[in-house]
Amino acid sequence: MSSILMHAPALVIALPLLAAFFTPILGRFNRKTISWLASFTLGLTLLLTLFIAKQVLANGPIVYVFGGTEIGLTLPFGYTMPIRIIFQIDAMGIFMGLITAVVAFLAAIYSISYMEQHTGLDKYYTLLLLLATSMFGMELTGDIFNFFVFFEIASISSVALVAFRSTISGEPAEAGLKYMVVSSISALMVLFAIGLFYGQYDALNIATIASVMQFTQLDKIALILLVTVLSMKAGSVPMHMWTPDAYSEAPAAITMVLVAASQASLYALFRITFSLYNVTLNTITVGWIIIILGVLSMFIGVTMAIIQSDIKRLMAYHAISQTGYMLLGVGVGLAVLTNPAALESYGIKAMEGGIFHIMNHAMYKGLLFLTAGSLFYRTGTRDLNRMGGLAHNMAYTATFFIIGAAAIAGIPPFNGFASKLIIYESVYQFNPLLSIIAMLVSILTLASFVKVFHSAFLGPQLEHYKSVQEVPKSMVLAMATLACIIVFFGLFPELIVKHIVHPAVMALIDQARYTATILGGI
Amino acid sequence: MHIGLLETGSGYWNALIWVITAVIIGIGVLWLRNKGQENYKKNTDQTKPFLSGNPEVSKEDSHVGASHIYWGFTEALKKYYEPLVKLHTGNINDYSGWIVLMMAIIFIIVGVS
Repeated sequence: MSSILMHAPALVIALPLLAAFFTPILGRFNRKTISWLASFTLGLTLLLTLFIAKQVLANGPIVYVFGGTEIGLTLPFGYTMPIRIIFQIDAMGIFMGLITAVVAFLAAIYSISYMEQHTGLDKYYTLLLLLATSMFGMELTGDIFNFFVFFEIASISSVALVAFRSTISGEPAEAGLKYMVVSSISALMVLFAIGLFYGQYDALNIATIASVMQFTQLDKIALILLVTVLSMKAGSVPMHMWTPDAYSEAPAAITMVLVAASQASLYALFRITFSLYNVTLNTITVGWIIIILGVLSMFIGVTMAIIQSDIKRLMAYHAISQTGYMLLGVGVGLAVLTNPAALESYGIKAMEGGIFHIMNHAMYKGLLFLTAGSLFYRTGTRDLNRMGGLAHNMAYTATFFIIGAAAIAGIPPFNGFASKLIIYESVYQFNPLLSIIAMLVSILTLASFVKVFHSAFLGPQLEHYKSVQEVPKSMVLAMATLACIIVFFGLFPELIVKHIVHPAVMALIDQARYTATILGGI
Repeated sequence: MHIGLLETGSGYWNALIWVITAVIIGIGVLWLRNKGQENYKKNTDQTKPFLSGNPEVSKEDSHVGASHIYWGFTEALKKYYEPLVKLHTGNINDYSGWIVLMMAIIFIIVGVS
C-alpha cells in the first residue's frame, strides 16, 4: 500500500486520465455505469489529494520525478539542472489541488441525475475527467512546458463541455467558439513566453528558471504576456467577456468546474509572479496592475450582475467580481513584497485573505451554480422573469441558495465573510479606498442575490410550476456537501487559515525554498 | 489557539460568539413579538394590505419580476450603465481586442517602470 501511495502525485493525474479513456469503452456496454465510474474515480482522486495534502502540510514540499531512477532525485549525478518532468507540490499547489478534487468529485455526483436524460454521456464524462486531469496537472507541475500542455488540455475539454448542449440551441456552440478563440490566444501567448524563457536559459523547470532569472527585456515581455493572458483566463475585467457566455451555457456541474479551472489560471498567475519572478520584477508596479485589475473586476462584475435577468449570467458576473477580491488581496501582498515591515504587518494577511477567498469562492459559487442548475433542471428556464414561488416546491434548493448567497455576500457566519474580513482589514492598512470599494461591492452583491432570491423563490406558487418537485438525491447530496463545507469554513475559519491557507501563502512568498526544493540547498 | 477565533491582522473574529449572540437576540425578538398587540386578530380585515381603498391585486399578479427590481437604481445610474452595456457586444473580435489593448497597456506600464 505504501509503495502505491508513494506514487500518489502521479496517480492523481493517471487515474482520471485512464478513466477518461476507459469511459467511452464502458459506455458501449453499459451507459448507466459511466457516471458511477467517473464519480468513483474522482472520489479516489480526492482521497489521494487528501493524502498528499497531509504529507505536504506535515513534512514540506514533495517532488516527483517522472521517469527518473528515484522519485525524488531531481538532479542525477553530473547534471546541473533537472531535465525530466517534475511535479513540485508545495502547500500552495496542493491547496489548489484540494479545491479541484472536491469540485470535480461533486460535479460528477451532481451529474449522475442532472445529465441522466442526455445523450453522449460517454463524451461528457470523458471530457469532465480530462478537465479534472488537466487542472491537477496545472496545479502540481513544476515544469512550465508541462503546465502549457495541461493548460491546453483544460482549454480543449472546457470548450467541448461548454458547447455540450448545442443540440438544444445554437448558443452553447457560440459560447464554446468564443471560449475557443480566447483560449487559443492565451495558449499562444503562454507558449511564446515559454519560448522566451527556453531561448535564454535552456530550461523549462520553473525553479531552475527562477534561480537564474535576470529580468531581461525578454523576461519583461514574457511577464507581460503571462500576466495578461492568465488574468484573462481568470476572468478579470476588461478581458472578462467570455466568462458570462461560457459559464451560462455550460451544464451546471461543468460551470462549477470551470470556476475552479479559472482559479487554476489565477494560481498560475500567482505562481509566475511570486515563484518565478519574485523580487526581480518591479513588485510595486506589477502589484498595482493586479490590484487595479482586481478593483475593476470587483466593481464592474457586480454592477453588470445586478442588471442581468438570466440567473447563470448573473452568477457568472459575480464570479468575475469575486475574482477581483482574490486579485486585490494577493496584489497587495505582491506590492509590498520588497517591504518586509509592510509585508509582515498586513501583506501576508492580505494574501491570506485573497488565497482563502479562492477556496471559499470555489465552494459557494459552486453551490450557487448548482442551485441555478437545479432550477433549470425543474423549470427548463434560466430567465428569472419567468420564475417565482419555487421555494414552495424546492425547499432544499432554496435553503442551499440562501447559504450560498449569504456566503458570497459576506454575511457572517459563512465562509465568504471570514476571507472578506481579512481582505478588508489588511487592505485598509495598504490603501483605505480599496477596502471601502471592496465593502461596497459586497453590499451590491447582497442586493443582487436578494433580487435572485425574490425572483426565483419568493412569491406565490405559479400555476405552471405547481407540479415542480425537489431535484433528485444525487443533486441534493452534492449541494448539501458544499453547504456543509461553507458552514464549517465559516464557523472555524482559523482552522483553515492556520493549517492550509497560511502555509500556502508562505510557499508562494518564499521563492528560495521553492527553488531549493528542486536544486538542493535546504 | 481558541476555537473559532480568527486573527484578521487588525483584530479578531469569532463566529461562534456571533452565532450565540445572534441566537440570544433572536430569542429576545421572538419574546418581544409574542408580547405584541393583544387586539390582533388573524384572517380579519386588519391583516389585509391597505392600498388607498383599491382592491388588492391577486398574489400571482403582484409578484415583481426580476427585470423590474432595482429599476430606480439602474435608472439613476443610466449614464454609467449605457456605455458599460454597449461595451459588452458579444462579438469575439472585441473580446480579442480587449486582450490586445490590455497587453499594450501593461506593456507600457511595465516597460517604463
